[in-house]
Amino acid sequence: MNMRLMPKSFIYIALLLGSLAVLFPLLYTLSTSLMSEAESAVYPPPLLPEAVNLSNFAKVIDTIPVLTFIGNSLVVSIAIMLGQIVTASLAAYAFAFLRFPGKTLLFSLFLATMMIPWEVIMIPNYLTVKNLNWLDTYQGLIIPFLATAFGTFLLRQTFLQLPKELFEAARVDGCGHVRVFLSMVLPLSIPGIATLGVYSFLNNWNMYLWPLLTTNRVEMRTVQIGIGMLQFEEMNSWNLILSGVLLLLLPSLLLLALGLKPLVRGITAGALKG
Amino acid sequence: MMMEKEFTLPSPGHSLSPNVNEPEVSTAAKPVSIKRTRRREILLAYACLAPSLLIFGLFLFYPLLKSVYLSLFLTDPQGRVAEFVGFDNFREILASDMFYTSFGNTLLFIVLTVPTGMAAAILLAALTHNKLKGMKIFRFIFSLPMAVSVGTGSMIWMILYHPTLGILNYFLTLLGTQPVQWLTDPKWAMISVALMTVWMNLGFNYILMLSGMQGVSEDIYDSTKIDGSGPLRTFFRITMPLISPTLFFTSVVSVIGAFQAFGQINILTKGGPMNSTNVMVFNIYQDAFVNFRFGIGSAQALILFAIILLLTVFQFKFVEKKVHYQ
Repeated sequence: MNMRLMPKSFIYIALLLGSLAVLFPLLYTLSTSLMSEAESAVYPPPLLPEAVNLSNFAKVIDTIPVLTFIGNSLVVSIAIMLGQIVTASLAAYAFAFLRFPGKTLLFSLFLATMMIPWEVIMIPNYLTVKNLNWLDTYQGLIIPFLATAFGTFLLRQTFLQLPKELFEAARVDGCGHVRVFLSMVLPLSIPGIATLGVYSFLNNWNMYLWPLLTTNRVEMRTVQIGIGMLQFEEMNSWNLILSGVLLLLLPSLLLLALGLKPLVRGITAGALKG
Repeated sequence: MMMEKEFTLPSPGHSLSPNVNEPEVSTAAKPVSIKRTRRREILLAYACLAPSLLIFGLFLFYPLLKSVYLSLFLTDPQGRVAEFVGFDNFREILASDMFYTSFGNTLLFIVLTVPTGMAAAILLAALTHNKLKGMKIFRFIFSLPMAVSVGTGSMIWMILYHPTLGILNYFLTLLGTQPVQWLTDPKWAMISVALMTVWMNLGFNYILMLSGMQGVSEDIYDSTKIDGSGPLRTFFRITMPLISPTLFFTSVVSVIGAFQAFGQINILTKGGPMNSTNVMVFNIYQDAFVNFRFGIGSAQALILFAIILLLTVFQFKFVEKKVHYQ
């Protein structure tokens, strides 16, 4: 919208109202997580805590293995993120710079994988992982997600936007594909790789159904599933539940704060503009 | 499809191999080494694709075929095939009321979440797409829900929705309205789940819309300003058509995403009350992983796949015609 034609005060009022609506659940979480148990049980619900009270966080860590959940989610999300960057950048290099028979066919095959909904392959995948005895293991949570068509497209698009002359010159000088890939293409594509990294990390951090199916032992649960334990253990202490929620939110909030810019730019450059 | 449009294969000119321009073959000076370079390039290409193809093969293509296979069988609780039943699983599903209930619920969920989610994202993106002070902060705020996952988001909203002590009902009483049984009243449960979903999806939708608007050239706005076009007119006549590829992309992604909603329903309502939030994926989950009827579950998943595919094809065939590509 061409907002420059509207009075500034109007825009700011609208933005503040919008922010309040979007932020309210998060501010409520923050505020309640600092309350004492008595305070959080009062009706009408107080909006702000009387005093900042950090003991809830310690109590949550004592009650449920929050740190184990965060650790599991970190291991899984980082492993998948790195794996996807490796597999997608290799495949993207082949599609962008190499000539080989079957290229069109394989590329269509990659495209087609984006059309397969997770639900359709979930049951056989569960059975596969179960037969491999991978239930309750990191490999069961990680390996099925190590390759991504979306990431391959995103990086291929990034690679094709790099100046071709540079690589041609390098090739003439006798620089092999491996060196061109490692010492030129990858370093020049860091913004695109960062986009894929942030996107993939957030996606995997937020994964719900697969870890629910494939993990049973508490020690292997990830954040999204573990959070449900608070519901049963401390159903009446909202301050504790919301402290736990806040603890589990922190890593992804931090990553979004760091990664928002490449994410917006990357989606513009890679996925939407034709 | 939009993705295909831009992901078309590169012309051979993109290739880095030194023998792009074929005549080398006729020079005949070093035909063997050229052949070897060529072969090495092909080998390298397959080696680069191998890891992705291996994973896709094991966890995408094989299970896709296995799903079709399972859907024709009855299985024991271990997932082992017990008896070939042909299309009986499909017949049973199509004859059950639960299937139509969950299908109807899924459509209702889409209608409740997709248009509202997109409208809210467009409005906020339009408000922050200007060069006033403090926009960076607002952009961060509106992207924040993207970091909130379905697990944590559902827990927060469960507490907000608490029937007697929840703050949403407290606000309603302040306004003089009757409190609402958000998650336990069959009339309200789906609306509540949808409201939470719209909030949770807002971050990603907002980022998509903002990216789309940032892709529109500034010159266009400058010229409309000179022509004396008002903000609303400019928005509907200029901005909306120019970001229509983004709108289209977002609508496709949102509809597919809505079909796949599961976490918030599992945490907030478990499909209840009275099956009012029992959507298709939840139903598949129940059949396959609670009742261990993997055959029925696979058949349902394939029906869901067919519905999503048809709808996506429909979107591309009819809606995309109205999309304006620059």
